[in-house]
Amino acid sequence: MKTPVVLVTGFLGSGKTTLIARLLAHPELGETAVIVNELGEVGIDHHLLRRVDERTVLLANGCVCCTLRDDLATELRDLLDRRDAGEIPHFSRVVVETTGIADPTPIVNTLLADPLVPHHYELQTVVATVDGQHGLAGDEAVKQVAAADTLVLTKPDLAASAALDQLEGRLERINPTAPVLRVVHGDVDPATLLEHHADPRLPGRAAPAREPAHGHGESAVAAIALELDASVDWIAFGVWLTMLLQARGADVLRVKGLLDVGGDGPLLVNCVQHAVHPPVHLDAWPDDDHRSRLVFIGRGFTAAALEASLRSFSRLSPEG
Amino acid sequence: MSKEHWAELGDGRRARVFRAAVLNRVLEHFGLSAQAWAGSQYVLRDRKGGTAVVSDLGALWVEAERLHGAPLDPLAADLLAALES
Repeated sequence: MKTPVVLVTGFLGSGKTTLIARLLAHPELGETAVIVNELGEVGIDHHLLRRVDERTVLLANGCVCCTLRDDLATELRDLLDRRDAGEIPHFSRVVVETTGIADPTPIVNTLLADPLVPHHYELQTVVATVDGQHGLAGDEAVKQVAAADTLVLTKPDLAASAALDQLEGRLERINPTAPVLRVVHGDVDPATLLEHHADPRLPGRAAPAREPAHGHGESAVAAIALELDASVDWIAFGVWLTMLLQARGADVLRVKGLLDVGGDGPLLVNCVQHAVHPPVHLDAWPDDDHRSRLVFIGRGFTAAALEASLRSFSRLSPEG
Repeated sequence: MSKEHWAELGDGRRARVFRAAVLNRVLEHFGLSAQAWAGSQYVLRDRKGGTAVVSDLGALWVEAERLHGAPLDPLAADLLAALES
């Protein structure tokens, strides 16, 4: 059985460490190893805390998001070896905390595409903390939000209610697939935080726009939704998405959704830039709506263009 | 230890033949062609005799971009018009 990994990302000072420290105090998270890049002001008192120095390996295609975090891969392998040799206490879960300014994609990529790590670990969920008092700052924070399965809005007690509502609205526009939890001092039920890995929540509470917002940089990042009436040919979809991610990978921050490929249940598709989770066949649809629904988070494309292109590709398959 | 590409998990021969057919309709527009090869590999060719062997579908687009000299955009209107013709 693979060991689940929980990735906690979030901008500097947004409360990642506070959240992790409180989570570790719950008995159900007792058997957890923690990997951090930096020892922050908020200490984590934990018997299985490991610190790694970021060491990246750029792959031949030169793409930053396809970078492998060699330090993390080495640490994860070492943890397994030492656990199996009985040198460290048993652990059944790993929490990885990113640095505040990190783009989380190379870590997701390491967990999904390293030659060895995915054989022993599985990425359970990505949690991003967002500072409720100071909001989002910069491209990295937007990438962190886009990569998240769950968003934790911290310090809601220190922010005005109207400002919090506005921030929450912005988070939903960027990533409508992730529920937003308002959490004071890291006080949250671990199950609530960890259960959303398989919950596609599509198209989300706030229906994403059909067209992206205008603008540049982080302000242009928005989610757009596709809903397709006809089933999608999986082979054509694989060709289309791999081509799209290669051509526009820097602008496609996330793709998440349910795909009707003709079976009883849908296929769950989940990508963070070029890092793609192995598609999962669900036994059944979550509701009566059995149409394919995909959310694309990024910039520089429209729902109409995506839909026209995907339909053209679907017609190419000998079975399409 | 190699890892199967996500789009090719559990592929049989039939799926590989179908995928090569889809790929070639698309690549043709860019003056390229692909042939399914051993395992999950493909041989990619351009019209000037350039050849590359790639390990999987993900690597195929990296090499196709290199051979073509520019990104191959699946949203480009001229590609979609060519596919519809």
